[in-house]
Amino acid sequence: MIPGPAFVILAVVLFVLGVVAFFLKRDLLTQFMAVEVMLNAANLAFLALSHPQDRAEAQVIVFFILTVAAAEAVVGTAIILHVFRQRKTVRTEDMGGLKG
Amino acid sequence: MAESFWLIPLIPGLSSFVLLLAGSRFSRRWISLQACVAVLASFVLSAAAFVRVLGTPAAALGKTFLAWISSGVFFVPLALTMDPLSVLMCLVVTSVGFLIHVYSIGYMAEDCDYSRYFGFLNLFTFFMLVLVTASNIVLMFIGWEGVGLCSYLLIGFWFERPAAAQAGMKAFIVNRIGDAAFIIGLLFVMLNVRSGDFAAINRAAAGGALAPGLATLIAILLFVGATGKSAQIPLYVWLPDAMEGPTPVSALIHAATMVTAGVYMVSRLNGLYSASAAAGQVVAYAGAATAVFAATMALVQTDIKRILAYSTISQIGYMFIGCGVGAYAAGMFHLVTHAFFKALLFLGAGSVIHALSGEQDIRKMGGLRKHLPLTFYSFLAATLAISGLPFFSGFFSKDAILTSAFSSGHYAVWVLGLLGAVLTAFYMFRLFFMTFTGSERLSEEARHHLHESSPVMTVPLLVLAILSVIGGYVGLPAVFGVKADAIGRFLEPVVGSVGLGFPAALEWNLILVATAAALGGLFVAYLFYIRYLGLPGRLAGRFPGLYRLVYGKYFVDEIYDALLVRSAVRGAEFVYDHFDLPVIDGALNGSAGAAGAAGRGLSRLQTGLIKDYALSFLLGVVVFVGVILFWAR
Repeated sequence: MIPGPAFVILAVVLFVLGVVAFFLKRDLLTQFMAVEVMLNAANLAFLALSHPQDRAEAQVIVFFILTVAAAEAVVGTAIILHVFRQRKTVRTEDMGGLKG
Repeated sequence: MAESFWLIPLIPGLSSFVLLLAGSRFSRRWISLQACVAVLASFVLSAAAFVRVLGTPAAALGKTFLAWISSGVFFVPLALTMDPLSVLMCLVVTSVGFLIHVYSIGYMAEDCDYSRYFGFLNLFTFFMLVLVTASNIVLMFIGWEGVGLCSYLLIGFWFERPAAAQAGMKAFIVNRIGDAAFIIGLLFVMLNVRSGDFAAINRAAAGGALAPGLATLIAILLFVGATGKSAQIPLYVWLPDAMEGPTPVSALIHAATMVTAGVYMVSRLNGLYSASAAAGQVVAYAGAATAVFAATMALVQTDIKRILAYSTISQIGYMFIGCGVGAYAAGMFHLVTHAFFKALLFLGAGSVIHALSGEQDIRKMGGLRKHLPLTFYSFLAATLAISGLPFFSGFFSKDAILTSAFSSGHYAVWVLGLLGAVLTAFYMFRLFFMTFTGSERLSEEARHHLHESSPVMTVPLLVLAILSVIGGYVGLPAVFGVKADAIGRFLEPVVGSVGLGFPAALEWNLILVATAAALGGLFVAYLFYIRYLGLPGRLAGRFPGLYRLVYGKYFVDEIYDALLVRSAVRGAEFVYDHFDLPVIDGALNGSAGAAGAAGRGLSRLQTGLIKDYALSFLLGVVVFVGVILFWAR
């Protein structure tokens, strides 16, 4: 039996990895994956923290997050694909159209 | 019908509303028909009200529309009243106004802006009738300002001529000066009488509720307003320039009706002016001084309309003499007769100008008698009336004023009035002789279209000529019996009456002196302009300085310009340079510049790099969570 706090620690580690990956990587697709990692870390934290209290709300929220993340993945990959078709690149440094 | 007297001002008002809004779509025939019929309807209603007031002079008719200003103890209703004084003014305004409307059909026939002209003319009639039927001084002030506005609009009717636009502006600004004093007087009335009602003001002044000093102050402030509106010293300078407007406008506004509003106002507030001897003196002496001063300026002018303008200033001076010495009925009597003969003089002058294709210089006229016979005879009647020759209307009204001045002990005023009468007879016959008799000095252009005016213009002339001749018989001197002064007895419930208190023999003598004055002026004019034609030129050559002084109108315009106008303009320029430009414009431009700079500065935050946005997002979350964890507990 794995102890409960281990799941919380895993969630934190995953989240930090996601953040670090987001800032270190330079192409949209990897950064997008980092965001997905953060989302899943959040899901894991919800479940790990709610389990000892025997509460169902957190699990409901996790399902919502999963749904939204699925939709987001669809839209996000579509946008990235479109950007690549137009510009032949997905490097974020090359995209500065909204610069003030 | 008399109960519906409140329609008297409303009908021309409604007509002007329609004309100014949609008049350009109507045919000329319809515009002139509507404008004239509106004034005629007012005249019929005024006549009905007159019959009613004649039957029961003590009971004034009243009509309250609604409570207008209701502020604490101060209450002003929107209310009209109809008493002998109001109905007399209504009759004058609507009768003379109607004739001038009809005359305008002919005079303005070739003008392209027909509907605007008649719209303004009707609007003027509306405001003038509001002025004379208002039951309180606040509503009267609305009419007072309204006629001033119409005066401005009609002086500048031909606004493409710079002189006309300038003259309109001058009239408006000079009137503003008088009206500023009027408003201050109005505020004193509100503060101390706590009512705008004329009867209440008169009661308060007569009953001593107003301290005598305060009554004098209010009376003089209101009179300063009247000097602006009625063109008296020191604010008369706008009226001669106002002659830039169309001639029928000069006849209606700047001779017969609007400029006499000051006289009406003083008569209306007779309790106030009688309560303060000092204010009465001011009114009487200002009137006497103006009567003589303006008459001297009329002596040497050569523009036919300007001579008549100075004559108007002078004649209104006579009316103020009457009001100042307490003979309000005499002042009002002269107002009525003056309205007839001065309107006639202006319309006659208009007929002459029309016939001569716009020529206004009397040196280039002469011998018009045979070309303009109807104009000649009606002009003659008016000249005889204004000069105060016996049996004509001006004789009776001027005599009533001079007799009152004498009997109330204002001998200096009486002498000045007499001097003015001599001058009046002289300059009027000078004008008459130079225009209608002697040799023709017409230019080729003026001779080209020389013709008598059409009936639409000459019939009003003839009607006014009849009124100018017989108008005086409503107010015969006291020597013909107490009941002879019909107009005085008619107005007595409103303005009271003054007994003469001296024997008939003395009054006969006064009448003879006044007659001699008029005949003297006529005789000198005959010598100068018929018998010895070279005499005026030789006289002018003998006293060149004096001639230039009078011909230059005593340079009052130049003095005002140097003393007041230029410093006011300089002050305005100073404020423009040092306040408008740096402060107002500066604040506006500064705030716009600050917004732009802030936008440029803040736009630097938009780097266009996703990582920067994500970093600020992250920092925001960290700060937010930190606040919740450590401070918000």
